[in-house]
Amino acid sequence: MSTTVDSPLELAAPRSPQRRPARRGNFELYAWLFMRLSGLALLVLVLGHLFIMNILDGGVHRINFAFVAGRWSSPFWQFWDLSMLWLAQLHGANGLRTVINDYARKDATRFWLKMLLYTATVLIIALGSFVIFTFSPDVGS
Amino acid sequence: MTATVETAPPAGSRGPVPPAPEGSTTVTVRIRRFNPELDSEPRWDSFEVPALPTDRVLNLLHYVKWYLDGTLTFRRSCAHGICGSDAMRINGVNRLACKVLVKDLMSGGGKATTITVEAIKGLPVHKDLLVDMEPFFEAFRAVKPYLMTTGNEPTRERVQSQADRARFDDTTKCILCACCTTSCPVYWSEGSYFGPAAIVNAHRFIFDSRDEGAEERLDILNDVDGVWRCRTTFNCTDACPRGIQVTKAIQEVKRALLFRRV
Repeated sequence: MSTTVDSPLELAAPRSPQRRPARRGNFELYAWLFMRLSGLALLVLVLGHLFIMNILDGGVHRINFAFVAGRWSSPFWQFWDLSMLWLAQLHGANGLRTVINDYARKDATRFWLKMLLYTATVLIIALGSFVIFTFSPDVGS
Repeated sequence: MTATVETAPPAGSRGPVPPAPEGSTTVTVRIRRFNPELDSEPRWDSFEVPALPTDRVLNLLHYVKWYLDGTLTFRRSCAHGICGSDAMRINGVNRLACKVLVKDLMSGGGKATTITVEAIKGLPVHKDLLVDMEPFFEAFRAVKPYLMTTGNEPTRERVQSQADRARFDDTTKCILCACCTTSCPVYWSEGSYFGPAAIVNAHRFIFDSRDEGAEERLDILNDVDGVWRCRTTFNCTDACPRGIQVTKAIQEVKRALLFRRV
């Protein structure tokens, strides 16, 4: 006696390619390289920042408006904080982008999570840069 | 009434259970089963199997299929680590069932031994330990794993120095068992990633001095689903039954992309 079973094992056109053709672009390469280089730079920038803020000369207890104003009067520290802001934001955003790419199951979820991420990144970078560039020590007096 | 109905062995059986060989110990083999016609979810089955220390896990699976439950489904062809058919997850790591010895899985101190066997992860399960390998081979084909040349065919063999041959020697050893690709966490969660095995086979031709398709393959692997997805967790290197340094091969492809130099 033969039994017919609806086979769940479909193999329609098994050799037809399902992949998109490769794009000629180096974005993923540059993103990968950026992660390594910004990681190295952040190691110095963030550890230096933490050392100055938390350990040197009494640490957090001496931080007040005057302390921040004093530091940002120097272009060196403005540049330090600006590069830390940009590198940390882009480094973190790219890391989260790969996490979303890896774990989001649906294309729509992936798209909206990434939009949320990019919006947050742009907002924080813009706001931070704005503060660093336009900071005036007179604002408190 | 005939006696044959009661004594007839079930399908796939090789007859009555043979006596346990001398020096064998009974181990528990826990197998993750799935029958698409009966089960909505995978389930675990346990079998008590007499095992010699020199037995391989494949012998235990044969014992189960031949004498205990003929419906157990798995692939195996050569049974000697050459064909790469019997890749499975044994005690949580991807191995070839024909290359894992029972003595290496024995729990010490006279405690009872349990060996868990599952299908490899990340590919659709057809039945029990049998998976659909098509997504795996689709990624393999996508990297064009064949010699690409231009110009006229030479009348003699394509000559290559020993140093040039050694450049890609490691990746020629791949038997396409899928142990590496299905051990990769990125592949588990995102099946569009090419996976280690496809990159290994691309590496085999990218670094072959006789091949002229390196640029094309590098472009394919430079994409969002290519080598930049690799997180260097080394699961693939650990899983490879041929001892290929898979993660190293992937890193070499990354380096070739980075400096555009093969």
